[in-house]
Amino acid sequence: MEQFLFYAFAAMAILSALLLVSIRNTARALFLLFIVLFAMAGLYLFALADFVAITQILVYVGGVLILLIFAFMLSNKELLADLQSTSQRFMSLPNWQSMSLSLAFLAVLVYSFIAWTKEAPEWMARAQADGSILSPTDDNIQTLGLKFMTQYILPFEIISVFLMMALIGAAHLSRREGSR
Amino acid sequence: MITLTHFLLVSACIFCIGLYAVLAKRNAIMILVGIELMINASILNFVAFSRYDKTNYGGQIFALFAIVLAAAAVAVGLAIILNVYRQFKTINPQNIHELKD
Repeated sequence: MEQFLFYAFAAMAILSALLLVSIRNTARALFLLFIVLFAMAGLYLFALADFVAITQILVYVGGVLILLIFAFMLSNKELLADLQSTSQRFMSLPNWQSMSLSLAFLAVLVYSFIAWTKEAPEWMARAQADGSILSPTDDNIQTLGLKFMTQYILPFEIISVFLMMALIGAAHLSRREGSR
Repeated sequence: MITLTHFLLVSACIFCIGLYAVLAKRNAIMILVGIELMINASILNFVAFSRYDKTNYGGQIFALFAIVLAAAAVAVGLAIILNVYRQFKTINPQNIHELKD
């Protein structure tokens, strides 16, 4: 059952991502991104990361996707131009070149992953031998909160200041020219 | 129990789809979507490895950091895209080749 659900979520993510890059209509592609992000959140659950899955849904679907749809609506005239502009391109590669490039990269990744799992690092083997891997009954969220406030306090503060800088920068950039 | 290889293969597929979107699309918003797909694939890798790291929880913590970084990147990127659209009336990256106004 668990295997079947995992394969269902993986197939949903990969197929809708493939459809996302092949579809012409940007609005439909953005709504397909919605499905991809939900399926990825489902995949995080199978790695026993429930808090990361919920955060993915909150941040991506609630924030990032709304922002993307906003930007799409504010630059809406591109919808028609994107359908025809297949000639005179020199910066972005033609489709078959980028497809062969990404397929080659996929081949390299798959080969290296399969070769790598034959000799996994010893900390993973040790964790498996000890039986100290995450189990579904663990109290994930409490442990994450404790770790954030004790062991990872410095990265947490840095990321907070960085997020504030990025948001102020975004607000400054998107200001109208005349209103300064 | 799902083994680590399954997660790695799924994330490799998602990453390459995102790479294709970045290389082939002629719309800045779709390029940003491709970058988001690549970040999601890396988050899946973080989370999958974090299962074996019960003492430190490093993978899940840094997956959350990566989500925050992606949100910041999207906010700044969309602000830049809106500015570029206001300036050039297009968001096709190949039509934007002048630095001066």
